[in-house]
Amino acid sequence: MIIRGDEPEQVRLLRKLYKPGNYFMQGNEAVAYGALFAGCRFYAGYPITPSSEIAETMARELPKLHGYYLQMEDEIASIAAMIGASWTGFKVMTATAGPGFSLMQENLGYAVMTETPLVLVDVQRSGPSTGQATKGAQGDFFQARWGTHGDHPIVALSPTSGQDAFWETIRAFNIAERLRTPVVVLFDGILAHTRELVKIPDVDDVEITYRKLPANEEEARLPFGDPHGDGVPPMPLFGHGYFTHVTGSTHKENGLRDVYTPEVHDRLVRRIHRKIEKNREVYERYEEHFTDDAEILVVSWGVTARPALGAVLRAREEGIKAGLFVPKTVHPFPGERMRELGKRARAILVPEMNLGQMILEVERYVNDDVLLKGINKIGGVPLTVEEILREIRGVA
Amino acid sequence: MPEIYSRYPMVKYLRKEALPTALCPGCGGGTVLNAFANAIDQLKLDPRDLVVVSGIGCSAWIASPYFLADTLHTTHGRAIAFATGVKVGLPDKKVVVISGDGDLASIGGNHLLHAARRNIDITVILVNNFIYGMTGGQVAPTTPFGAKTTTTPYRNIEHPLKISETIAAAGASYVARWTTAHVYQLIESIKKALTVKGFSLVEVISQCPVQFGRRNKMKEPAEMLRWFLKNSVPVSKARNMSEEELEGKFIIGELVNRKRPEFTEELNKLIDEVQEHFGLKEV
Repeated sequence: MIIRGDEPEQVRLLRKLYKPGNYFMQGNEAVAYGALFAGCRFYAGYPITPSSEIAETMARELPKLHGYYLQMEDEIASIAAMIGASWTGFKVMTATAGPGFSLMQENLGYAVMTETPLVLVDVQRSGPSTGQATKGAQGDFFQARWGTHGDHPIVALSPTSGQDAFWETIRAFNIAERLRTPVVVLFDGILAHTRELVKIPDVDDVEITYRKLPANEEEARLPFGDPHGDGVPPMPLFGHGYFTHVTGSTHKENGLRDVYTPEVHDRLVRRIHRKIEKNREVYERYEEHFTDDAEILVVSWGVTARPALGAVLRAREEGIKAGLFVPKTVHPFPGERMRELGKRARAILVPEMNLGQMILEVERYVNDDVLLKGINKIGGVPLTVEEILREIRGVA
Repeated sequence: MPEIYSRYPMVKYLRKEALPTALCPGCGGGTVLNAFANAIDQLKLDPRDLVVVSGIGCSAWIASPYFLADTLHTTHGRAIAFATGVKVGLPDKKVVVISGDGDLASIGGNHLLHAARRNIDITVILVNNFIYGMTGGQVAPTTPFGAKTTTTPYRNIEHPLKISETIAAAGASYVARWTTAHVYQLIESIKKALTVKGFSLVEVISQCPVQFGRRNKMKEPAEMLRWFLKNSVPVSKARNMSEEELEGKFIIGELVNRKRPEFTEELNKLIDEVQEHFGLKEV
């Protein structure tokens, strides 16, 4: 049994096609190349601004790597095809934007329930509804977390640059494979279309993970069991004679449906939660700048983390003790670290391109005596260093 | 009761731990499962070479979980889209979708059309019982004009979708329609559908005495089967009949059987060409 993408042939092709070095490319292209280096060999998608260049790059590059690009009839079909392909052993990805992400939510829940590894890139644009289709935003923070129904965990990452998008996409695949779960990458329309320097590494410098496969017949018969105690069942792939049954309904360890026994549902859904909670080291990641002695802490994510860093650097020049905390994995939120940092800060500022979303997560981890303030801008234009600096000065 | 299982030769194709089935007595679903198992048996297909995908509803249960193969029970209406990913991943396996008319032709109508257009090598067995059975007997896009359902308590004023004709026009390689009263013909058509390279659809008009028959003066399964037999018109005969004469009739037989380039073959051919063009083939 193999996961397609890890054959020596693939390494040879990657090395031949993409010479290590500096490239000038769009964030969307960086996402696509990250996926190719991570071993993604199946992409099903539906074009939508501002994500389309990801599909276009995959359509152009995948066949060179023996990979498959499918343009499906809609977003629902796209994520459905990905799930089907993932069960045959492909590393799979799709990319979309807000409205498409909404359409994918039901099957995102299906992927959570059936523990299907996949990577879903949401290039956030302005909303609600069609909103400003061509503009960037950060309004899908909670759609990633709570978009689908039921109790479910989710892992969502948020890159802050083109270079970061390359590596974070690889990380998304590694988490998806390691934990047998869907992973959302919350990108945005601004970084997606910004051209900047992206360094492509040598294939050998990219560490990649593959899903756990059943070690024997017994493990293969329990596609939803927990033989290794880490909450992550080995995944018996289709086509290998295991007669695997996969359903989005509540199922027992052997995959067969049982929607009437409360314990079966409880056991399944709690394990799916547990495997995410207990494996924090697999996905938790954040960046810190000047947080050691920060009295004013800026907490920001994605595209906004960049002007936020500029503002913090300028504030430091002015002698203000400002620091920056950037959760790179935004779900589950790095709450423990946030709590520690929150204890030391006098004021916390949360700039984001929405009317206040991540600030609600931050609020859960800080005490009432801290001044907590959002810096919110909508309309499709990113926050500037000046705008954030002005607020830092205001609380200094 | 193991002695009952031992008397049914097709039991080797069933997931015994999932039995008995959840289907109502007199349901046509059992006939479809039996016909499918017999087709697999007659073609001597190894169930290890099969992946069966289904959506939501009674008919989705026919093969998933009851048929012993890799089975993917998906979200409502999306079975064909899931199956598309499976087929691209396993082009040498037989990928079969078994689901109902509500699932495949209503919420999933778009995927059905586009899979036929794409001509991907998937076999779809669409069980048409004119009704949403599992969810309580509501009107479906296949409910006959004038019929009564729980959501058309006075009468249905919408016209039913001609599924097979639509999918034949959309570009499928093989399309056939039978009823559960034509079991042997049905088995032959499923066998052909499984052998044809390209998208194939077998529509099975099937009885739902509980949700449809009961509200339309056919509460016994046999009454529904007699209704099918009385109103079935072979496709050759139907060609010379007017639309008025065909009103309320079931056109049975093969509607389409043709060769067209198939999607997964074309996809792999394209990849080969690209590899050749960029000099990526191992020398």
